[in-house]
Amino acid sequence: MTEARDNYLNDLTATRRGYAINRLCASLTDPDNRRRFTADEAAYCDAHGLSPEQKRAILDRDWTGMLDLGASIFYTFKLAVLDGKSMQHLGGVFTGMSAEEFTAALRAGGRRFG
Amino acid sequence: MAEIIWGLATSHVPSIGAAMDHGKTADPYWKPLFDGYGPARAWMAERTPDVAVIIYNDHANAVGLDLVPTFGIGTAASYEVADEGWGRRPVPHVTGSPELSAHLVGELVDAGFDLATFHRLDVDHGLTVPLSVYCPDPGESWPCAVVPVLVNVIQYPQPTAARCYALGRALGAAIRSFPRDMKVAVFGTGGMSHQLAGARAGLINSAFDRMFLQSIESEPEKLAALTREDYIREAGTEGMELIMWLVMRGALSDRIARVHDTYHVPASNTAAALALFEDLGGS
Repeated sequence: MTEARDNYLNDLTATRRGYAINRLCASLTDPDNRRRFTADEAAYCDAHGLSPEQKRAILDRDWTGMLDLGASIFYTFKLAVLDGKSMQHLGGVFTGMSAEEFTAALRAGGRRFG
Repeated sequence: MAEIIWGLATSHVPSIGAAMDHGKTADPYWKPLFDGYGPARAWMAERTPDVAVIIYNDHANAVGLDLVPTFGIGTAASYEVADEGWGRRPVPHVTGSPELSAHLVGELVDAGFDLATFHRLDVDHGLTVPLSVYCPDPGESWPCAVVPVLVNVIQYPQPTAARCYALGRALGAAIRSFPRDMKVAVFGTGGMSHQLAGARAGLINSAFDRMFLQSIESEPEKLAALTREDYIREAGTEGMELIMWLVMRGALSDRIARVHDTYHVPASNTAAALALFEDLGGS
């Protein structure tokens, strides 16, 4: 897993780069699409025009890799919920903690910067 | 003429809605937050508006990647609750106020705010959670109609805080010029400090939040002067949502009274707050 950057911005460049991966995640708002995705994830990625790197990130659930490929957390979170994962799980992935450690850090007042 | 009776600023974290939907509000994790809502809820329950104008942002549900309006407004007679990827929240559908929407669109475009109009809009947690914060047990229907006002806070560059405050001023004037005896509440939603993605995930800046919570009442111009980069640096990439509080504040008159506020860390990965203001009128 690569280390997460601290400066992700959903700017127009990211929107363009991450279009396919975000569109796939957005399609999961439809219950039929959720079933289709779960039935054959690889075929679903191909049908949505993902690049090989994006497809790998989805299949491997490489949450940081998805961000690096232009994905937005608001989209990838839909995939996480389909997996039964929480925002605390994702926060832990991005910061090198378990979901429990990340939750404890928030309950202790959150992570401070600067 | 229509009258703005109160303004509510509140976080719209999805898990706040989920805590209510799943009966967890008395759990140790959630109880302090919901206890903090109590006095505001009691006050608002005595002052039901005819319409709530709710400023919020969509989260990759009704607004996708193909078209991202900087500002938008719902013009429909009703709005369905969105399936955000995990089924619809078990809350009533939202009734619109198409006559007020049409009036606001006309007035705001004339004032130089060229809003996109949504004739169909499935409303997500950004709108339904604030409704639940206001009214936890709506029964078969919400106590008031709703006009959704959408702000892009997800795709950079978001509108400036100054532009949001100016939109709020124009929105307030537009509401007050609606030629009907109608009581209106204005909701500003989102915040407070949080960042969901990347190495700064879990960011909480209580000092900034406390400053914002105080200044939104008496020094909104100071908050409107902060840059987009200021908000991202201090409050996190998603803390940027606080610019929507400025739309609400701008819509209220200069004479307001703080009814109640509360601040709690955490709600999910977020600092959560509520601030309720009575509009004393005469702006």
